[in-house]
Amino acid sequence: MSTPASSTPASSTPASSTPASSGPTGFAMPRPGPAPAPAPAPAPGHGPAAARTGGATADRATADRATAERATPERATPERATADGAGGKTGTEASEHDALLAPGAILELADDRQARLIARILGDLDREFIGLAPVKDRVREIGALLLVDRLRGRYGLSSSRPSLHMCFTGSPGTGKTTLAARMGELLRELGYLRRGQLVSVTRDDLVGQYVGHTAPKTKEVLKRAMGGVLLIDEAYYLYRPDNERDYGQEAIEILLQFMEAHRDDLVVILAGYRSRMDVFFQSNPGMASRIGHHIEFPDFSLDELMQIAELMLEREEYLLAPAARDAFREYIGLRMRQPRFANARSMRNAIDRLRLRQARRIVASGGPIGRDDLMQLTVADVRGSRVFDDTLATPPPAGHSLDGPPAGHSLDGPPPAGDPLTALAG
Amino acid sequence: MRITQGTFSYLPDLSDVEIMAQIQYAIDQGWAVAVEFTDDPHPRNVLWEMWGLPMFEISDASAGMHEVTACRAAYPDHYVKVSAYDATLGRQTTALSFIASRPADEPGFRLDRQEVADRRIRYSLHAYATDRPAAARSGLNGRSAT
Repeated sequence: MSTPASSTPASSTPASSTPASSGPTGFAMPRPGPAPAPAPAPAPGHGPAAARTGGATADRATADRATAERATPERATPERATADGAGGKTGTEASEHDALLAPGAILELADDRQARLIARILGDLDREFIGLAPVKDRVREIGALLLVDRLRGRYGLSSSRPSLHMCFTGSPGTGKTTLAARMGELLRELGYLRRGQLVSVTRDDLVGQYVGHTAPKTKEVLKRAMGGVLLIDEAYYLYRPDNERDYGQEAIEILLQFMEAHRDDLVVILAGYRSRMDVFFQSNPGMASRIGHHIEFPDFSLDELMQIAELMLEREEYLLAPAARDAFREYIGLRMRQPRFANARSMRNAIDRLRLRQARRIVASGGPIGRDDLMQLTVADVRGSRVFDDTLATPPPAGHSLDGPPAGHSLDGPPPAGDPLTALAG
Repeated sequence: MRITQGTFSYLPDLSDVEIMAQIQYAIDQGWAVAVEFTDDPHPRNVLWEMWGLPMFEISDASAGMHEVTACRAAYPDHYVKVSAYDATLGRQTTALSFIASRPADEPGFRLDRQEVADRRIRYSLHAYATDRPAAARSGLNGRSAT
């Protein structure tokens, strides 16, 4: 390669032969060769693409150089932005997508900005959501597909937008709604949705009360959700097989039509219990076929529930004493076997009641209080739960006297007369 | 004669992408976007027919564009306008209003002179577009819009 300093008019390297004329207003492509600074001889491997092109000989086409350059967009960005004159993010992105790659070009996945973004997003997801392996797998696949589609687009291969309507089924409290809310954000970060807002509706919001009321109502909701995610909780209530004049069918038809016509603008997520959702799909085959992703949320195991509870406590800045941790684990085991157990939601409720009992204990004990006292949840707080009463006859653990009222009444019943809390409230 | 009313009216017609960008801007400002249409371009005809209700709760321009497209399809030979209402206390007025679609043929106006008492002359504008009866020129072939 000839250097700018030593270039002759007959220089055979087109990019480096005119260093003076390719100023800020020059050709938008960054110079892949040595930097235009008047260095007497460029160090080998100097400049963004020199290593990649392996010291391209002069007869290699400019397109080849462009290919190598585009494979390392990050390193080329500052130069490119100024050369474009557009500056900023949009200018860089536009130039990155403008030209097609040559069929023989090789991309480095690790260098791709979006690939790194997906890795980060999935990492966040892993941290925020305990368990839920099948769900995470599906999100990972969707992320990968969007990335591959974008890369295909850069080679000029066709890449149709996948339809991402989903159906979440699972027991109560397995995180369906929480993940749906996160899904909007996720798909926005992945570049699939423009806004990523969540519009959560039930039958009431879609179905009208009289003839001609349903269509505008449903369309209104759909318009609100455009650019984001529409979550229809307990979607099977839309369809009432016992009443053929029910307006729910009309809402479903409009929904189907919108899901098909605006699948670029809208992701519809149906959520509900498995068995009833199956019945719903049987009576609405059109709906089942338009939803590509049926995701089953598994129940949480004891360990996962414990992790979830600890995550919740950490977020609310509470601490379980070591002994209380064991008691809480025992509590979860007992609670799981009881009726109306709702996975993570039960954990949330249990923690709320723990806080109630802790507050009562602190107020009852009086005396000096430090920061740690306000954060610490003790064995007594955990053992105060009714769950322990019904199943095991546990002896009142040490320190129980601090609790004041007997454990069995500390849950939902009115506090006994003379309770400090009642005194405070009055 | 090309009608120039509202914002951007001296620019070439906006493309759909540009219309969407404007709608998105209005949404981001917190304005309620509405679609209106008329076939009477008289400058004093300020209250056009409303295409549905103003969209108070949308967060993406595609929803607004959906209505603009639907209105265009129903009234291909009408003017379609996008207006954005700023409900902020103290402003409470239309903050942005631009023509999103116009008929292929815009016949323009005639100046009418009316002689009144004492040889005074009154002038008025007459839009050729309104020559025919309203029912005959409706995009819905006389059916009323609902």
